[in-house]
Amino acid sequence: MNHTKSVLLISALLLTPLLAFAETDEEKGLAIAVEADKRDTGFEDFTANMVMELRNKQGDVSTRTIRLKTLEVIGDGDKSMSIFNKPADVKGTAFLTFSHAIKPDEQWLYLPALKRVKRINSKNKSGPFMGSEFAYEDLASQELEKYTYKYLRDEMLNGVDCFVMERYPAYEHSGYTKQLAWVNKDRYVAEKIEFYDRKNDLLKTLVNSDYQQYLGQYWRAAEMTMKNHQTGKSTILKWEDYKFKNGLKDKDFSRNSLQRAR
Amino acid sequence: MVQPLKASFPVAVVITSMITAVTITTTQASEFSGYIGGEERFFFEDPLSPVQHNSYLSAVAEPEYFHAWDDGTQNLDVKLFYRVDQYDDQRTHGDIRELSWTGVFDNWEVRAGISKVFWGVAETQHLVDIVNQTDLVENLDGEDKLGQPMLRASTERDWGTLNFFILPGFRERTFPGAEGRPRPNVVIDTDLDAIYDFSEGQDHIDLAARYSHYIGEWEFGLSLFSGTGREPTDFSPVAVTPDGEPVVVPVYSLINQVGFDGQAFFGDWTWKLEAINTEARSGAKKGINSFQTVGGFEYTLIGITDGGMDLGFVVEYHYSDKRIYENTIFDNDFATALRFVLNDAQSTEILAGFTTDADTQSVGSFIEASRRLGDSWTLEAQVRTFHGAKEDRPLYSFRFDDFAQIDLNYHF
Repeated sequence: MNHTKSVLLISALLLTPLLAFAETDEEKGLAIAVEADKRDTGFEDFTANMVMELRNKQGDVSTRTIRLKTLEVIGDGDKSMSIFNKPADVKGTAFLTFSHAIKPDEQWLYLPALKRVKRINSKNKSGPFMGSEFAYEDLASQELEKYTYKYLRDEMLNGVDCFVMERYPAYEHSGYTKQLAWVNKDRYVAEKIEFYDRKNDLLKTLVNSDYQQYLGQYWRAAEMTMKNHQTGKSTILKWEDYKFKNGLKDKDFSRNSLQRAR
Repeated sequence: MVQPLKASFPVAVVITSMITAVTITTTQASEFSGYIGGEERFFFEDPLSPVQHNSYLSAVAEPEYFHAWDDGTQNLDVKLFYRVDQYDDQRTHGDIRELSWTGVFDNWEVRAGISKVFWGVAETQHLVDIVNQTDLVENLDGEDKLGQPMLRASTERDWGTLNFFILPGFRERTFPGAEGRPRPNVVIDTDLDAIYDFSEGQDHIDLAARYSHYIGEWEFGLSLFSGTGREPTDFSPVAVTPDGEPVVVPVYSLINQVGFDGQAFFGDWTWKLEAINTEARSGAKKGINSFQTVGGFEYTLIGITDGGMDLGFVVEYHYSDKRIYENTIFDNDFATALRFVLNDAQSTEILAGFTTDADTQSVGSFIEASRRLGDSWTLEAQVRTFHGAKEDRPLYSFRFDDFAQIDLNYHF
C-alpha cells in the first residue's frame, strides 16, 4: 500500500514539469495540432485521383472524377491543381490554388471551351466545391495558423482512442465558427470533424475512413464522407493512386501548366 | 461551307508536329472527347426580309483528340467543329478549332499550329481579345472564335508572364447569310472576296505580344498587336439582292493596337477594366486613332440560400469614340446583369440583364441559363430582345428579331 502510494507520489512529482507545459486546454490543443503538422511535413508533393459522389436527399447520385496534384510549401499554404475528368461537359476544367492560412487564396480557373484562365475572387473559401458538400476551405491544405485550438477531452470513437478538440478558424471569412475534431492519438489524423456554421449550429459532419500509410509516414484517408445535416445531402470522396515525392516543381503549378493539364 | 485556310505555313508546321507525335511515342495520355448537340432558335415576330424564317433548327458536333507524352511536357490537340443550319448557308460551317503541338522547354512553352487564346477580364464585351477571329454566326456574344494559325512562345516567371505570337493566315469574320437571323439589313457576303486595303491581303503575317502579371489581389495585362484588324473597318456595297437589299463585303485594314486589362479584388467586389487604342495603318482611315473601353464591377452575395446559391451583380460601362469602327454597338452603353450561381450538382447558372444605350435609350435584354442533365447532357437556354433602336443605329435592323434559343448537347 505504502509502496504504491509513494510510487504514485514520485510519479506525480516527476510529471509536474510536463503538466506545467501543457497546463491550459488551449496549449494542449495547439500541441496536438503541432504534432499532427510535424508528422505530415516533408511529403514534398503528391498526386492522386479522386472520385466524388454527390447524393441528394432523395438518394440520387452524380459522380465527378478529379485528378489532384499538390506541392508542399513550407511556411505557407500548399499549391494545388485539380483537373476535372467527369462529368464530360467539364472535362479539362481545372483549378490552380495557392492557398494561404489567413489571407485569401490565389485561385485561377481554366475553362477549356473558352481557353480562358480566369482569376477567381477567392475571398470566399466557404463556397461549395463543384456543387458538393465540401467547401473549398475543407479541401485546402491544413496549415497550423488556420485555426486556434482547444483540447476538450479524450474519447473512444469506434474503438479508436482520440483527442477531442475544438478548432476556431482564424480566417475572418470562414464559413464556420468552430470545428469539433476527433484526432487519432496514435496517428495524429482526424477521424471525424463536425462543422458549425456562422450561427453556431451543427452544419456538417466529416468522417474519414480507411486510412492508408504512405512512405512509412503519411496517413491519408481513402474515403471521406461529408454529411450536411441541414440539407440532408452528402458527398463521398474516394481517393485512389496516391503517389508521393514525384519531383514536382513550382513551374508545374503555373497558369501555363494549368492549360496543359488534362 | 468550310472556311478555307489559305496559309500553307501553319499546315506544314502542324503536319511536322503530328509526325513528331507519332514517332516519339512514350505514350502518356490519349483521349477522345467532345460533344454533339441540337439547337432550336425561335423568333417571336415575322422577319424584316422575306427570305428569313421564324424558326431555325441546327445540329453541331465538336470532337476533340488530345494526346500528351514526355510526362505531359508535349501534347497534340485536335479539335474540329461543324454546324449544320436548317436555312442559313453561312451558319452551316466548319472550322479547325485546334490542330496544335505544344512543347515545354525549361522556362518556355512553345505552341505551333492552329489554336486559340483568350485575353481579357470583362463579361459583356471582349475588347483586348484580338488574336482569334470571332465566329459571329455561332453567337452574338462574340465568345465563339475561329482557330488561328500561330506560333506562340510563352514564359512564366516571377516577374510575370510573357507571350509572343506570329500569326500567319488571317481568318475572315463569319456573318449570317441572307436567310440567317438575326442579321443587319444588308447581306454581308463572305463567299465573295473580302477587300483588304493593303497589298499583302490575307497573306500578311500579324504579330502580337502580351505581358501579364499579378500582385496580390491586383492582376493586369498589357498587349500589343500589329496586323490585320479582326473587325472590318468598313463594308463595301457590291450588289443588290432580288428583294432590294444591299449586298456588301467587309473591308479589312492593317492596325496597331495597344490593350490594357486589369482586375482587382476588394472583398466581395471584383473591379474590371479593359481599354484599347487602335491606330489604322492602311485604307481610308489611315493615321486615325480610336479609343474604346469597357469597365465595371461584379459584386457577389455569397451563399444566400441553404443550398449555397451565390448572387452576383454585374455592371459594366462601354465607351467608343467610333473613329474607326463607326457602327460599333457599344459606344456609350451600360450593361447590368444578375448572375445566379446555384452551386448545385447540376451546375445551374443564370445570367440575366440588359444593355442600355445612354444616347438613344435603346434597350437590349438577355437571359442565359445552363444546367447539366444527368451525367452527360447539358441544356442551355437563352432569350435576347432588342428595343427602341433609332433608325440610324445598327441595332435598328434587329427590331423584329427578339428570339429564344435552346441548345441540348451530349458530351462524351
